[in-house]
Amino acid sequence: MAAPLTDNEALFQFLLRMGDNTLILGHRVSEWCGHAPVLEEDIALANTALDLIGQTQMWLGLAGEVQGEGKSADDLAFLRDVWDFRNLLLVEVPNEDFGRTLMRQFLFDAWHSIQLGHLMKSSDDRIAAIAAKTSKEVTYHLERSADTVVGLGDGTAQSHDFMQTALDYLWPYVGEMFTSDAVDAAMVKAGVAPDPASLRADYDVLIKRVLTEATLTIPDSDFAHKGGRTGAMHTEHLGHLLTHMQWLQRAYPGASW
Amino acid sequence: MKNEWPLWEIFIRGQHGMSHRHVGSLHAPDAEMAIKNARDVYTRRNEGVSIWVVEANHIAASSPSDKGPLYEPSESKVYRHPTFFDIPDEVGAM
Repeated sequence: MAAPLTDNEALFQFLLRMGDNTLILGHRVSEWCGHAPVLEEDIALANTALDLIGQTQMWLGLAGEVQGEGKSADDLAFLRDVWDFRNLLLVEVPNEDFGRTLMRQFLFDAWHSIQLGHLMKSSDDRIAAIAAKTSKEVTYHLERSADTVVGLGDGTAQSHDFMQTALDYLWPYVGEMFTSDAVDAAMVKAGVAPDPASLRADYDVLIKRVLTEATLTIPDSDFAHKGGRTGAMHTEHLGHLLTHMQWLQRAYPGASW
Repeated sequence: MKNEWPLWEIFIRGQHGMSHRHVGSLHAPDAEMAIKNARDVYTRRNEGVSIWVVEANHIAASSPSDKGPLYEPSESKVYRHPTFFDIPDEVGAM
């Protein structure tokens, strides 16, 4: 049996979870740069991606400090392999189409905004400060993704079908956001972060309001894919994403500009 | 094109300016999304503190062919510029 986590190890894992979520989603969203259906959305998505990657620098920067091995945010982002990532499976699934991209964004933004609201009251001042700074960006992300989900869901028959298909596909990835383990228990005990399960009620109210307005049907299933945030098992998609994201540092170690 | 989003004209009030200034145009399905798109397209380098959007087809414009009757009469009326007054120094810059 593995030795119990020290508080510092638990905090490091928690910070990786926050930073890996924003890093991997930021990279996914950045894949639209130059390819979005209209110029306005292209710029909006690029802004969102940049926000998320900026947030990653704060989370992984702090993770590196807590780890105490002299690693920077860049080291953690570009030099870990797939089994060391702690992001939700939701954020690594491929973009597929614009509808799925925006639905994924909405499902994540809703959780993210609630989570940051709690983290602003964290007993760890560094975490509270990052949450306060990033929550303004995330409030806007949520407004935009919710509006787009409503616009497309309650749009044409075709756009409605795209959004319902996206919701049906992504729904099994929602449950993982609310699973708890020893890392979460340690964070709750230290007053650093809330128990993930405790966010579910607020989350359900929020997404039900938006998805109802979008005339979409929430699938009647509690099945949840798991393994991303614990690192037990990622989807086959994360490795492919990393080959793109980490290519330069792998091919030219230490390259900088 | 029937499926094209309408065009919106975007006006931004800058950090130090007093009035909204036309900065360009963009497409959006409705006014709310036009404001969001304007935020993303035109204020990403901290250019503004307020956004106005107007659907382009609601703007009435003067016709270029009316240029003569509209603007030429004022060309010869220099006395309309308040440049013939002696401004006391105490007034400062105007």
